[in-house]
Amino acid sequence: MSTAVAAAPAGVAPRSRSTLTGTGALVRFVLRRDRVRLAVWTGSIVAFYAYFTFALDTIFASPVAQQGRAAVMETPAGIITGGPGYGLDHYTTGVAMANEGITWVVLALAIFSILHMVRHTRAEEESGRSELVRATVVGRHAPAVAAAITLMVVQAGIAVLSALAMVAVGDLAAVDSFAMTVGSALSALVFGAVALVVCQVTAHARSATGLGLAVFGAAFVVRAVGDMRATGGSTLSWFSPIGWAQQMRAFVDLRWWPALLSVAAIAVLLWVAAVLASRRDFGGGLVAGRPGRADARASLRSPVALAWLQQRGALLWSCLGLGLMWFATGTLLPEIGTMIGDIIADNPVAQQVFGADSSQLSVIFLNVVILYAVLCCAGYAIVMAQRPKHEESSGRAEVVFSHPVSRYRWFGAQLAMAALGTAVLLAVSMYAMWLGAVVVGWEDQTFGDYTAVVWTYLPALGVYLGLVAALYGWAPRLTGVAWALLAYTFVVGLFGNLFEIPDWAFKLSPFDWVPMAFSGDLAAGDVAVLWAVAVLLAALGFVGFRRRDLVTS
Amino acid sequence: MTTTAPGATPAIETHDLHKHFGSTRALDGLDLTVAVGEVAGFLGPNGAGKSTAIRVLLGLLRATSGSARLLGGDPWSDAVSLHRRVAYVPGDVTLWPNLTGGEAIDFLSRLRGKPDKKRKSELLEAFELDPTKKASTYSKGNRQKVALVAAFAADVPLLILDEPTSGLDPLMEAVFTEQVRRATANGTSVLLSSHILSEVEKICDTVTIIRAGRAVESGTLDELRHLTRSSVTAVVDGEPSAVARLDGVHDLATVADPEGTRITFDVDNAVIGQVLTALSSLGVRSFTAAPPSLEELFMRHYGDELPGGDGSTSDGGGAAGTGRHAAASEAGAR
Repeated sequence: MSTAVAAAPAGVAPRSRSTLTGTGALVRFVLRRDRVRLAVWTGSIVAFYAYFTFALDTIFASPVAQQGRAAVMETPAGIITGGPGYGLDHYTTGVAMANEGITWVVLALAIFSILHMVRHTRAEEESGRSELVRATVVGRHAPAVAAAITLMVVQAGIAVLSALAMVAVGDLAAVDSFAMTVGSALSALVFGAVALVVCQVTAHARSATGLGLAVFGAAFVVRAVGDMRATGGSTLSWFSPIGWAQQMRAFVDLRWWPALLSVAAIAVLLWVAAVLASRRDFGGGLVAGRPGRADARASLRSPVALAWLQQRGALLWSCLGLGLMWFATGTLLPEIGTMIGDIIADNPVAQQVFGADSSQLSVIFLNVVILYAVLCCAGYAIVMAQRPKHEESSGRAEVVFSHPVSRYRWFGAQLAMAALGTAVLLAVSMYAMWLGAVVVGWEDQTFGDYTAVVWTYLPALGVYLGLVAALYGWAPRLTGVAWALLAYTFVVGLFGNLFEIPDWAFKLSPFDWVPMAFSGDLAAGDVAVLWAVAVLLAALGFVGFRRRDLVTS
Repeated sequence: MTTTAPGATPAIETHDLHKHFGSTRALDGLDLTVAVGEVAGFLGPNGAGKSTAIRVLLGLLRATSGSARLLGGDPWSDAVSLHRRVAYVPGDVTLWPNLTGGEAIDFLSRLRGKPDKKRKSELLEAFELDPTKKASTYSKGNRQKVALVAAFAADVPLLILDEPTSGLDPLMEAVFTEQVRRATANGTSVLLSSHILSEVEKICDTVTIIRAGRAVESGTLDELRHLTRSSVTAVVDGEPSAVARLDGVHDLATVADPEGTRITFDVDNAVIGQVLTALSSLGVRSFTAAPPSLEELFMRHYGDELPGGDGSTSDGGGAAGTGRHAAASEAGAR
């Protein structure tokens, strides 16, 4: 009798714990497996905090420079890339950190959170690796909880180290520094929780990442538009988790309660994810798969048709998302025009910084917007030009190449579709902006002006495609180097003049060869050089790919 | 057994084929011949170089040195035109997750140029594959079936199959065997890489055993059996130590038996006559001799050299294996 009583609890674990069994071991596993990746993310973000503090504290140390910066932060461009504008009348290093830094810190942390959650939940499940783990003594919710715990631990570490860096480098107030870093971390964790929810809805890791990033994009737009309506943000700003970190008003008039919004949102989202997770099957999403075609449509008969089928989804969503975003930006152009005029008229400091010619200033501002838009297209180009690499490493290329298909034909199909998609995305981005401006009656830049921008930037984007192609042909493991060129282009385009870098360093950026948009001087750039470089790189890629072994598993 | 007419171009012929990845020698002087109309088994454990050889033959990898001919052409430079006449099934099939199995089969068939709708539906039925499911939802066996249907639907003179039945259940393996027989009945040559020995024994005319990137045995199954050992069990009256001392007798063991002494041993087939003479002088009560199964052949080439089988000694082991092969051939010729 007594043995039976004692045996029961030993054999069956209490129900409440059973879905979380093994979480501890998985937490250690995630930290072990991702130790390099997590260390790089942590190091980069802490370094960004430290560098940003240092730059503000040295380059913009004088009150005149600080107020010049504050004037920029009142402009729509400043609000979009910065924050709601607390403390602009006394714009010190700490205030600038909170006002401008939070958007970027949350961007980086949110991307990190989304990638981390998808990587350790849905991607593991989709690849089948999680099946091995779940077949052992591991509860149903343990992998997701382990992913969430590790994310929180790393975020907490980043927040503490970053705050210490701000205090050490800029001698900033400790409490406000911690408020800023903790608020940003919580805001980013909201997106991590969003990612966990979408991981339950869709069965594919790539869709989950895309959906997570789309939610972030929406939050970014909502915050920007909300803050543009009034200094310090309008009601709309409060609908974005990014706003919750900014509304803590660190270094100005610190309040902690907006952080509770993030905490509450995280709790609710995690609860939703848990409920959804309990209702779905392992490996499946909530949306059940439907039977597809038994026979392929007649058009699917060539590598080009296949490449189109594989890339069209990404192209459609990119066009839709970015098109809407740049359309919205277009509708803001008149506001920017008048605002810039006002600022120039009222603000001698701004005149000093930007020159008195307000029409020239709005073109400079438009060029920054174009830089962002084209960089998005460059990102698309790099991702799509790397598709052949995934086809190859997955073994699908091997299947195709055992058929009468030449290396040139297959790679040509993949690359042509990537190039076509990039061109379409660039055209959609530019014309969406034009349309947005026209809708609200702003016609300073014509359809033809935007067409010229498309034509002049096209070869610059071709350079990214060509670079990936060349790397793929000769050193397929290094295709990621193209991202370094993208980052370089961004930094040079935005801060090149500020850092006074040498001329040749400018020339390394493909965009530097493109004539300034809407300047009316199309001959200023050397677009022909870009075409030549793009074609040469792509040709190199073809030669290399024809010669080398296929990478097989 | 070999059906090649003298002077006919073999379907596959490699000579002293090398493929190096950095310092690794995946292929180290491979000789492989598949005659026209023949089903050739390609045996070897994981990592022996089977898939590398097949990928060189398909023009996916470029040989470091040596010669390789496929249907009379060069696998690397004539890849595209050769592939019109070759169908391939990889051991681990990956498909496009957003295509259904039916779409993938159609796409692959159209790349070759002449899709046969009727044949496709026949094969789908034979392999019991639902073509309307997205490839991402297929199990390994079902992905394998997609590749098999696409390959068998092609009317080609050469099939290259790299462990094609991994993940298939025994019923489906039977369907596979039937389809291979059907293809060979039409004159198709087949290279079948496998480590399922019963499958090879059932459908292959010739066998090449590969180890550390080179062929250590090749020939028809009968030839290979002749070159190796049979297992003998006998009950004799006399003292068997004379038999144990004979050259070519291995692993002799004795057990007391009510009728005399039960002895079991392996004997090189080349000396089996002398052993029988020696045995019969002992007074044989009962006698059974079994030819070696392919599995025993295989284990003989791999099993005995497993201890200390790291990279450096396996090279030496391969050389020793070839040496012994040469010795055995000599013995067989005597």
